[in-house]
Amino acid sequence: MIKIVFFAALREQLGCSELSLAAENILTINQLKKALIKRQPNWQVFIENNALLSAINHDMVDGEHSIKSGDEIAFFPPVTGG
Amino acid sequence: MMNEVSIQEADFSLADEVALLEHDNEIDGAVVTFTGRVRNKNEGLDVSALTLEHYPGMTEKLLEKIIATAKSRWKIGRVKVIHRIGRLEIGEQIVFVGVTSEHRQDAFAANEFIMDFLKVKAPFWKKELTENGEKWLDAKNSDNSKAEQWS
Repeated sequence: MIKIVFFAALREQLGCSELSLAAENILTINQLKKALIKRQPNWQVFIENNALLSAINHDMVDGEHSIKSGDEIAFFPPVTGG
Repeated sequence: MMNEVSIQEADFSLADEVALLEHDNEIDGAVVTFTGRVRNKNEGLDVSALTLEHYPGMTEKLLEKIIATAKSRWKIGRVKVIHRIGRLEIGEQIVFVGVTSEHRQDAFAANEFIMDFLKVKAPFWKKELTENGEKWLDAKNSDNSKAEQWS
């Protein structure tokens, strides 16, 4: 299983802060995005947003980064702290 | 060594933080602090409050990494970064960065560096409450350009 967490505007757009998925056949961040859209077609416009950032186990990663079982994957908009 | 990063809902005291940076510290002659506060206007709209969200765990890890980079780049002593989360009203303190060094140049530069990278790297998000309702802030290109100046 993998844990997926969403933050800020994205969390509100999806109406979801976290979920768990079986990790089989999900090899990369980009494949995970496709799997999420297949599961929830109404998420497409938000998940395919090019500005969206992703992290695995608290490290920023790009779409080609590989995922393994037990990972925590995060999706969020560009940051605006400070 | 004191904890260098604190993410908290509670307010902080500038005087207390400076005292901690200075306590039993006889080698550093410079103490540079930055405090960020909630403004009453943003992009022409009246702001009445902010709500700050963050990614627990990742925030601390990234800030520690930024502090480690600053320490490798400048000769600095103590560092403290505080960032508040939750609802904040106009005028309230949001963020604190304090840096000590033997001489002022290192503390000035490292403080600005830490703040610039906190802005563009640390996973915090601000939602404004304005006269037109709630709005998540967009990231600013000017903040990215500012951070890139250090590379």
